[in-house]
Amino acid sequence: MNKNTLKMIPIYVMGKKFEVPEELTILKALEFSGFTITRGCGCRGGVCGACATVYRNKDDYRIMTGLACQTVVEPDMNLVQLPYISSRKSSYTIREIDPDSLDIVKTYPELMRCMGCNTCTKSCPVNISVMNYISAAMRGDLKQVVELSIECVMCGLCAARCPAELSPYNIALFIRRLYGTYKLPKSPQLEKRVSDIVHGVYNADIAELKKTDNKKLQGIFNELQAKKGASV
Amino acid sequence: MSYPAGMRPSIEKVEQRRKDRLNNYEFPRLSPEDKAALLKEHHPDFRDGDKVNLRSGVNKGERVPKVLAEVIESPSRLNLGSVDLNRPDYKTDVLVIGGGGGGVTAALTAYENGAKVILATKLRLGDSNTIMAEGGIAASSLPEDSPTAHYIDTMVGGRFKNIPDVVEALVTEAPSILEWLTSLGACFDRNADGSYFNHMPAGHSFRRSHSIKDLTGLELMRVLGDEIRNKDIQILEFSPAVELILDADGQCSGAILEDLDTGRNIVVEAGAVIMATGGMGRLHPNGFPTSNHYGATADGIVMACRARAKLLYMEYIQYHPTGVAWPEQMLGLLLSEALRAEGAHVVNRDGEPFVNRLETRDALSAAILRECGPRGKGVVTPTGTMGAWLDTPMIDLKGGKGTFMRRFAGIQHRFKKYGIDPTQEPLLVYPTQHYQNGGVAINVYGQSNVPYLYMAGEVAGGVHGHNRLGANSLVDIFVFGRRSGRHAAENYRKSPVTKLTLDHVKAHDEELKALGISSQRKSPMILPDYRFEKALTSTQYVNEIVEAE
Repeated sequence: MNKNTLKMIPIYVMGKKFEVPEELTILKALEFSGFTITRGCGCRGGVCGACATVYRNKDDYRIMTGLACQTVVEPDMNLVQLPYISSRKSSYTIREIDPDSLDIVKTYPELMRCMGCNTCTKSCPVNISVMNYISAAMRGDLKQVVELSIECVMCGLCAARCPAELSPYNIALFIRRLYGTYKLPKSPQLEKRVSDIVHGVYNADIAELKKTDNKKLQGIFNELQAKKGASV
Repeated sequence: MSYPAGMRPSIEKVEQRRKDRLNNYEFPRLSPEDKAALLKEHHPDFRDGDKVNLRSGVNKGERVPKVLAEVIESPSRLNLGSVDLNRPDYKTDVLVIGGGGGGVTAALTAYENGAKVILATKLRLGDSNTIMAEGGIAASSLPEDSPTAHYIDTMVGGRFKNIPDVVEALVTEAPSILEWLTSLGACFDRNADGSYFNHMPAGHSFRRSHSIKDLTGLELMRVLGDEIRNKDIQILEFSPAVELILDADGQCSGAILEDLDTGRNIVVEAGAVIMATGGMGRLHPNGFPTSNHYGATADGIVMACRARAKLLYMEYIQYHPTGVAWPEQMLGLLLSEALRAEGAHVVNRDGEPFVNRLETRDALSAAILRECGPRGKGVVTPTGTMGAWLDTPMIDLKGGKGTFMRRFAGIQHRFKKYGIDPTQEPLLVYPTQHYQNGGVAINVYGQSNVPYLYMAGEVAGGVHGHNRLGANSLVDIFVFGRRSGRHAAENYRKSPVTKLTLDHVKAHDEELKALGISSQRKSPMILPDYRFEKALTSTQYVNEIVEAE
């Protein structure tokens, strides 16, 4: 990118004006403006949820939310990055929870405070239907919670905005863990493989391979690759 | 936004030629000889100018990337005069440095085995490369597969340089790791009958990679992060380690942390230290973009060198062939290898295939660099960067409509913001620095040569030889997180330390002075500096290549 050919636009960072190239993300615009980011930057790729940002656009009454690494700057936007979001997480031992009882509500009683205002969904930067998974959690529909929340990046914006004071993302994580632990089927073939390994079924073969010269190993590999064919 | 007009004609050529490539067409695989020649000519690992020999310390003579040498051969960022080792802020049995998948696993395992554990991490718990892992975790779970075949594939992929005992540990524990993660509640993708869904990353001989959509690492990190917060383990966030503490006999006895919020140094005395600090992507070896997390600045390697730990294969860097080359905002971010496993071809600006989609990462990267460099068949973007096309619309055409969305929801979502639909248009890719193949040499328990100092994950060397296979790093962090955690909990030093010391750091600084090595910076780096013009990224490496032609 050549600085001389860039079109610059004004943005306001915590009320202070900066001129930045119009194509940059909020994260890069902050860095271009000279900010060293410690809290508020993580993977830089939209999956870690470290860079929750709150802003308003010019002449717009609405509070906007986004991930700084994924949101391109707009002229005259006025933004602040959230360094931390205080949320509630229950302490539990997954193995001691009964997923088909009232344990879910006992673990997160505030779940029932949801008033269905949909602010959480509107504030989610990865477009998750937060309110819908909270409704599913209230109904005890674990599978629906998993399907609706699997892309959650745990940025905490839903918790920051919820007027009923829930921490939806922690509730979703708790329920996904219950589902993964109790509701997904066991895999007999994986269990057999682990048991075979424990009983030393592969020990002799691997001991032999460790002594095998590279050329021969390459030969066995070539045969394996030839067998797997074109389809993967 | 979508693709700029200048790139459209090339996309049309890709579309025109797609029909010919759909009919089970595959570009021929490289013979071992051709592959060796391709790597030698075009892989950055083989470019002499990018490497230097370390001039000081216990690893003197070790060949490393220039950018790494710079941080190793800089004076310590610690003001030695200001540290009081006589009154440690914390005393613990096991100190884990790093809050990614390897660190959290080591901490949980050490705790389960009865140790008192502190985990210190640079940013938030979970901020790591683990969270960014899209593709999957390798384990021989299918009946027709075996740990034996996994061993062979891993050794061949590593160019036979892997440490055999360590690879044996990796492949024989991989299936139990899958069970362990499932028992914690990780929602692995399943087939209709409930069995684990598998796919085959390049270089593997069986369908062996287990995924959670394209969010595998995110899901595993969420689950592990939740689990550790349910335990009585002290977590110190925004507190990266800056130097290790030794005792009078050179045994590891703790670490100095730096509180990033207050600037205060924190002294932690520990009976054993497990480093799970990841790699060096944010140093940008060879000027490449990187797929790595913000904090991947090789701090662990820098500290370990000063504590006299031995490095192994540090010069070998993995470039992932399919980093994003457009849009500019996503430059360097990773596109999962599973896209190729599901059928996407790699083609040049004329829509012509030039490499088989299932070559290993090193060979495919070299082929793309050759296509963009000497062959002049790369697609040029408006910002001057280059790339080849990953023909993602083939995935739905081969697997049926909806396949892409089902498997790669995250990728679809991220591109959609820039007006690009990967089910309709190809994605522009260019190799991106992805992984540090080498690291601190370890044995099967993750022990380094320094007593009471362990390594887990990318910071360690030897597991992957010269080149890591896809899906083998997620399994690595858990296997060696568990192994180091267990061994450290059983073997940490119980007798009181007679004297904590930072004399090794002082000696390092003095050696640099004596050798006349000057540096603009202090290290470890902690975070990269992207301020001002540096925020405007460019692929310096491409420019160098093009200028050289």
